[in-house]
Amino acid sequence: MIYDIIIIGGGVIGCCIARTLSKYDLKVCLLEKEADIASGTTKGNSGVVHAGYASSREYIKRNLCIRGNKLYTQAQKELNFPMKRIGSFVVALEDSQIKILNEERKKGIQDDVPGLELILDKKQIKSMEPNLTDEVVGVLHAPTAGIVSPYEMTFALAENAAMNGVKFFRNQKVKKIKHQDYVFNVKTSVGGEFQGRNVINAAGLFARKISKMVGLDYFEINPRKGEYILFDRNALHLNKILFPTPTKVSKGILVCPTVHGNTFLGPNAQNITDKSDISTTTAGLKEILEGGLKLVPNIPVRSSIRNFSGLRAVPNNLDFIIDNTDVYGFINVVGSLSPGLTSCYAIAERVIEFLELLGVELKVKEDYNPIRPKPETFKDFSKEELDKKIIEDPAWAKIICRCETISEREILNAIHAPVGATTVDGVKFRCRPGMGRCQGGFCRPRVMEILSRELNLPFQAITKKGEDTQFLVGKTKDFILERIKGGN
Amino acid sequence: MKQYEIDVAIIGGGSAGLASAVVVKKAGLNPLILERDKELGGILLQCIHVGFGLYEFKEELTGPEFAQRFINEVKELGIAYKLNTMVIEITKNKTIYAVNNEEGLIKIKTKAIILSMGCRERTRGAINIPGFRPAGIYTAGQAQRFVNMEGYLPGKTYVILGSGDIGMIMARRLTWEGCKVQAVVEILPYVSGLLRNQVQCLEDYGIPLITGYTITKIHGRDKIQAVTVSKVDRNFDRVIGSDKFIECDALLLSVGLIPENELTLNAGAELSSNNGPIVDNNLETTIEGIFACGNVLQVHDLVDMVTAEAKRAGEYAVDYIKNRLGKEVSDKEKIKCVPGKNVNYVKPDFINKKDISKDLIFTFRVKEPGRRKLIQFKDNNNKVIYKRKKIHVIPSEMIELKINLEKNNINPACGQIEIEVIDRPEVLIEGE
Ligand SMILES: Cc1cc2nc3c(=O)[nH]c(=O)nc-3n(C[C@H](O)[C@H](O)[C@H](O)COP(=O)(O)OP(=O)(O)OC[C@H]3O[C@@H](n4cnc5c(N)ncnc54)[C@H](O)[C@@H]3O)c2cc1C
Ligand SMILES: Cc1cc2nc3c(=O)[nH]c(=O)nc-3n(C[C@H](O)[C@H](O)[C@H](O)COP(=O)(O)OP(=O)(O)OC[C@H]3O[C@@H](n4cnc5c(N)ncnc54)[C@H](O)[C@@H]3O)c2cc1C
Repeated sequence: MIYDIIIIGGGVIGCCIARTLSKYDLKVCLLEKEADIASGTTKGNSGVVHAGYASSREYIKRNLCIRGNKLYTQAQKELNFPMKRIGSFVVALEDSQIKILNEERKKGIQDDVPGLELILDKKQIKSMEPNLTDEVVGVLHAPTAGIVSPYEMTFALAENAAMNGVKFFRNQKVKKIKHQDYVFNVKTSVGGEFQGRNVINAAGLFARKISKMVGLDYFEINPRKGEYILFDRNALHLNKILFPTPTKVSKGILVCPTVHGNTFLGPNAQNITDKSDISTTTAGLKEILEGGLKLVPNIPVRSSIRNFSGLRAVPNNLDFIIDNTDVYGFINVVGSLSPGLTSCYAIAERVIEFLELLGVELKVKEDYNPIRPKPETFKDFSKEELDKKIIEDPAWAKIICRCETISEREILNAIHAPVGATTVDGVKFRCRPGMGRCQGGFCRPRVMEILSRELNLPFQAITKKGEDTQFLVGKTKDFILERIKGGN
Repeated sequence: MKQYEIDVAIIGGGSAGLASAVVVKKAGLNPLILERDKELGGILLQCIHVGFGLYEFKEELTGPEFAQRFINEVKELGIAYKLNTMVIEITKNKTIYAVNNEEGLIKIKTKAIILSMGCRERTRGAINIPGFRPAGIYTAGQAQRFVNMEGYLPGKTYVILGSGDIGMIMARRLTWEGCKVQAVVEILPYVSGLLRNQVQCLEDYGIPLITGYTITKIHGRDKIQAVTVSKVDRNFDRVIGSDKFIECDALLLSVGLIPENELTLNAGAELSSNNGPIVDNNLETTIEGIFACGNVLQVHDLVDMVTAEAKRAGEYAVDYIKNRLGKEVSDKEKIKCVPGKNVNYVKPDFINKKDISKDLIFTFRVKEPGRRKLIQFKDNNNKVIYKRKKIHVIPSEMIELKINLEKNNINPACGQIEIEVIDRPEVLIEGE
């Protein structure tokens, strides 16, 4: 079978393109090298839906971000992922910074960023965000900025794409691409072979490798690490996304709520060389803590529950690279540094335009269903609903994750959803067991049990996130027996 | 929705819940135990080592054996309990909502509630170890569950961070399993668990204990491969040049326990600095008729102390229903107890003035260890109303004192007493 389109990379960009294409009568597949989609940069970022005033006008990312922000409204209605437009503050701590904010405001308004306002009344600022430092002298308020769960949105995109016929293949690392007679032959490291007329390269940090496979070597991607500290839900309640006033060098450390009610600090920016180095560092964590405390001095430092990091895929031109390349049918969608998440729907629109130029016929499917229903959760039910649900299905009453109150039913749904979870992390990122303050201390063995039962795999074969990440090395007494045998 | 009405609901069927239920039942009232697990017994069920019950039964039992004695008594007395039943909400007027898979959502109206939900383990994020986040990192209790209850081993070569009791007990358990425990790494200059565990679990097996060190980096992107440990200075900052690289395929965290008080908070009760609910000398929380005992109130060293506290909670709940139902004690009728120098927290947080003629039990922990100390209770005029010598204090050992304040001439008008642990003045050196 020859696909019309093969997408390489199952991050938010790849999945958003897949979902946008699933509307049309086309054969589409997506190849992802990891055990799950949303395992790359899409998992480790700030999850801010930027308003769009921040990038310089010389970059295409500015307009894609402004447009992308607007497209979130409809996407959320259709895909039901967690997102809240809570608005952002860029915080000035010195009078000299007000000028910078005002410049940003003016340009933003000209470029159609809605509602930007400069607020200088400290009382008003503090009533909008009581946690903000007393040192504040003014803020730029962007009411359309929002927060989103980037991986949950990506799962929603993939699910909806799969519902509409896109095929997802995980654990398929693209190794080689041959282009002959207008057909790409894509080979993967596990021996998979996929034929397609068009290829979209959305491989994030590894996009240059993919591009080079078809002989295109015209950009560089370098990893830039951003580290984060995440806080318990009870630690702090923020109303707004808080940015410091940007300097020439960086956007600075933000203090930001998540859609699930936690707070995080970060990211810093460190250029590194190893594209798999998502470790956190002592110096980095210190840097972001100090940065965060400047905006919100009352952060309860002891209630942190986790630290993590993500890698920006930074291209040498510092802008998105969205190209209909010289290799006919090969589209690069790379260099998606921030605000790539915000821009994804606008980027997908651009890709559709390219495909049209390439002569791909875009006929809307008759049975296209843009709705991905909201995953039901125990927490969202009223008492009456809950009572009914449990009587219908007792799995609702089996609470697996106590910190986040997640029932067995939610975990089963995550496993059996289209492009469902196959690993412990897959379950965790889809429906949150292990995301709470105990970080899986209690629920992990139970999630493993459920995965093992539902996927028909031995308990010991269940992994955290695919190959080489097993939890257990053997049964009790194994090593003692080994030793006794060895002695014989 | 199914509805029940009972005298006392007991949330959590661990050792605390079981012991308090027995007392309530024997007093002729009607208790109901709600337990989210599939069996009664709580954390004890995974503690298959011996060391339980030396006070309660004057015998050395394993955790499950200890629990079984109470479970048997609960059954003999015909005490009602519901398993697989998770309490999801407690309201201020003492109505409980719980779910279980047979009955759906249940609503339970009560006259009194005893909170006995136990505690949970602190995790790595709470201490922010930099590095990767690979597979192979477990809390000690989680590893204990895997090994003792499921029969699986999470690794072959271990490093244990933190010298809490569960970590030390697991070090021994894993050594018995033919695994290698490379080291127990403790950031403080002393062990944070019980001395007896340091001797019986580490020293007897030659397991290295490295104090004054912590883990400063985790290595391995997919599966843990090693950790870097470094010496720390007084401010817990890493001492440059002190790094050691230790290979392992599993890291266990034994960095402390913390009372499990989501429900308590949501009900509107206040918590104190130890994360347990604020209680008075009747173990009553800031919500009238709701009592707390066991690890949900304060993390205990020994199950025997949990049991003793739970029995008291049972008695107070009974007394409340029989004599005091619906009557709140105003702040004016209370004396506040606050931690002073080198004291981490104190239970109770309040004393009812009408009870000062009784023998009251105070429990607290010190912040730092020391020798030749003096425990002092001072009133709000800084007058010492009680003092007692103590040869050796250490944070891992909870101090329990039984004191009759009236006999110690407390001024009933005083609003607050402060408890401190200070160096003993030289003149007081005579024997204890
Ligand atoms: C610290 C940080 C903060 C950020 N904050 C924001 C923000 O607040 N708002 C915002 O809009 N944007 C933000 N961004 C940017 C945003 O996260 C990215 O633009 C977006 O996630 C990029 O998605 P992607 O799909 O291109 O990349 P990825 O998620 O990395 O997806 C690429 C996928 O390709 C797969 N792949 C690679 N090689 C192969 C191969 N050979 N075969 C098969 N599959 C392969 C990878 O495994 C991966 O899953 C932030 C980024 C970082 C790092
Ligand atoms: C690993 C470990 C080793 C120990 N070793 C020793 C030792 O060697 N010797 C010794 O004397 N002591 C030891 N102890 C201490 C002692 O055993 C415990 O402190 C004691 O058992 C705690 O009893 P508890 O009832 O307070 O808590 P738990 O036993 O934890 O019981 C709490 C119960 O409440 C239930 N629950 C919680 N929330 C809900 C809810 N919302 N709805 C319904 N049910 C709920 C839980 O499922 C649990 O069963 C050890 C403790 C631990 C953790």
